[in-house]
Amino acid sequence: MIGHNTLIVLLGCAALGAASGVVGAFALLRGRALVADAIGHAALPGVVAASLIVAAFGGPARSLAPLLLGAALSGWLGLLALRALTASGRIRQDAAIGVVLSAFYALGTVGLSIAQAMPNAAQAGLSHFILGQAATLTESDAMLAGGLALACIGVVAVLFQPLRALCFDEAFARSQGLPVRWLDLVLLALLLAVCVAGLPAVGLLLVVALLIVPAAAARLVTQGLPAMLALAAALGAAAGAAGALISTRFENVPTGAAVVLAGLVGFGAAVAWSRR
Amino acid sequence: MTSPFSVEGLNVSYGGRPALTDVSWAASPGLTAILGPNGAGKSTLLKAALGLIPSDSGQARFFGEGLDQARSRVAYLPQRASVDWDFPASALDVVAMARLPHMRWWGSVPRAERETARAALNSVGLAELAERQIGRLSGGQQQRVFLARALAQKADLFLMDEPLAAVDAVTEQTILAVLHKLVDEGKTVLMVHHDLSLITAHFDHVLILARQVVAAGLVAEAFTDASIAAAFGGLPGRA
Amino acid sequence: MVPPMTDFMRLDLPALLAAILAGGTCGLLGSFLVLRRESLLGDALSHAILPGIVVGFALTGLRSAGPMLLGALGAALLATLAIGWVKRLARLETGAATGLVFTGFFATGLVLLEVTGARSADLDVDCVLFGQLETLVWLEATGLPSLFDPAALAALPRQLGLLAAVAAVAGLAVAVFWRPLQLIAFDPEFAASLGMRVGRWELGLNLLIAAAAVAAFESVGSILVVAMLVCPAVALRLMTDRYRVQVLGGAVLGAVLGALGVLLAGPVPAALGFSLSLNAAGLIGTLAGLTVALCLVVRAMRLSPARLAPAESPQT
Repeated sequence: MIGHNTLIVLLGCAALGAASGVVGAFALLRGRALVADAIGHAALPGVVAASLIVAAFGGPARSLAPLLLGAALSGWLGLLALRALTASGRIRQDAAIGVVLSAFYALGTVGLSIAQAMPNAAQAGLSHFILGQAATLTESDAMLAGGLALACIGVVAVLFQPLRALCFDEAFARSQGLPVRWLDLVLLALLLAVCVAGLPAVGLLLVVALLIVPAAAARLVTQGLPAMLALAAALGAAAGAAGALISTRFENVPTGAAVVLAGLVGFGAAVAWSRR
Repeated sequence: MTSPFSVEGLNVSYGGRPALTDVSWAASPGLTAILGPNGAGKSTLLKAALGLIPSDSGQARFFGEGLDQARSRVAYLPQRASVDWDFPASALDVVAMARLPHMRWWGSVPRAERETARAALNSVGLAELAERQIGRLSGGQQQRVFLARALAQKADLFLMDEPLAAVDAVTEQTILAVLHKLVDEGKTVLMVHHDLSLITAHFDHVLILARQVVAAGLVAEAFTDASIAAAFGGLPGRA
Repeated sequence: MVPPMTDFMRLDLPALLAAILAGGTCGLLGSFLVLRRESLLGDALSHAILPGIVVGFALTGLRSAGPMLLGALGAALLATLAIGWVKRLARLETGAATGLVFTGFFATGLVLLEVTGARSADLDVDCVLFGQLETLVWLEATGLPSLFDPAALAALPRQLGLLAAVAAVAGLAVAVFWRPLQLIAFDPEFAASLGMRVGRWELGLNLLIAAAAVAAFESVGSILVVAMLVCPAVALRLMTDRYRVQVLGGAVLGAVLGALGVLLAGPVPAALGFSLSLNAAGLIGTLAGLTVALCLVVRAMRLSPARLAPAESPQT
């Protein structure tokens, strides 16, 4: 029987998966899915820095909120770095993503090596942000991450029409007077929020997969955006919950890996379905 | 006399949709324009003949031989490209690439090949811009660099895909002058042309395509209102 | 009391050599990825090789490089094929298909790592994530003469052997195939029209990159291989318009960053009296990123006073 704590964690991961599916659908349609890879990796130095600062002020070592805040700030810095690189005109987006994800991640590992030399024992948990570890999530952690995820879904629901117009015909949307640049920024902010929310459970390395896989599977077998979003949310939620369940049973398996593989099972099913 | 370029029974399709159906044609020496509406298969004809895209059936012959035997006599000028204009290469570097089959793969470009490249650039009027990185050239200049590259191959047959598309008037005149010079030297130039202008003034032959051969032959005989209408679907006002 | 030179050779030299070789090789090959506008493939290959490496280790239980290299090359091939399938079957664009495939492979590799945990004691998650440059030691060194002693040299860490071999092959390949590689990077369609089998060349290049990723992976870990493949090449792209400078400069910069990173992570702080030692691979990646940032700034400064525009010559 599943304990109360585990149940909350599963629900949190399901919410997370659903939000990733929904936001990922828009990211996929806008061709921005891989930006999430950059955001995820770029979050590491922020998490480490936040942990060190909290420890320096004698704050609660296990508190998730400051770590997520640090992740968001450093992920946002990564996005700025991406923009600076592509603005040079010389560097394409995929090269820029490669630079940002690897350099920020490297900075984070340097920070980790500093943190691990410090006396405060909380640093041991930081590595879990890299590959995700649902088993170490507390109830309040799961509720924070899950709540953030649900907030993202809320934003999507409110802005559904403009976002839909943006994805399907940007020129038309612009001609209708929609604030295209602002909408794009909202989408990036949602991407950032979903990646950050996913860090404790899925980990920064693999959060991008949760954004791509359910959305890709849904696009393959649905017609029309509302159906695609619904299916992406469902597949994402299933993958999130299944991955979390597997990784609480088999503690050696990082949750991120379990979630990705669960998601790919769903993707495989979608491919098979589309070819029948 | 063997035709410099001929195709027989060429069928090409993209993802199940036919692009060329049963095309058979033999080119004559001189300057030939390949015309047709969008989607007529003009570029496809060149690419399939050169083996750059797969064909369903049919064959192409170059001076009576297969492509592999005649390759050194054939030059291809693709459409204004998908190359990265920021690539670290000068105009001379790009033209010199045409000489690759004639030089060793390592070390610097041998003097003789470098001179060939320079001469080709000269003949399109870009001698002073030889050392300039290609991204810093204007559109017309870039097109001339690629023409010079084709010239540097010292081929007998030139297959060109819309070399005059989107170039300014002066570049257009320069390119046409170069092409006429090639023809005077006995070379054959087959050129996909993007519109119907300049035909009577500059070209010897035409091939009009609309996924299959609509008309082919001397300009005076094949380039008629009737054949144009047949290819372009009888759109009013086209001439 | 161990003389400082011997200490250096035992503890720092192997890591230094490994970082120089890894940085130089990846920096060299990375330019081709950036020039072909395929940096994503570098990211993908670095992640996709993991399951191959684990299988190679686990199946043979050997600590030698051969099975690991073969496994990695097999995984690289499979991943390349898989990307093509996914693009076709799922009608996905290249970026999303590549991301899907390489995260899937990477996740599989992580699971395999845990599942075969007992047998691959040498290879663990920390190595994948952070590299293990610091663990490369050469305890058989007794001083400078050891550099010429075949018995001592044979005891160098295994990783150095593989790195040296891949570096040699890569360097030789780039030198011998200098012009064809340039043409294929610039205009593959024209290369095909000259009769070159472009597909085979691209496959060869990708396998070479996968081999470099395997060789470097054991020293700097999966993610930092991406740093070495992309950052030096990007830095050079921002600074030069000349092909030779781009390619050779990338190699030199990669090697220098490798050396600097190792030195600043351990030996230099120790010499200055600090007891802290930083993750060497991470420091290399950080320095690489800082170099790119510096190049961005320098480029902006170069371009602003003299606005360069395409100039029309008088006889356009």
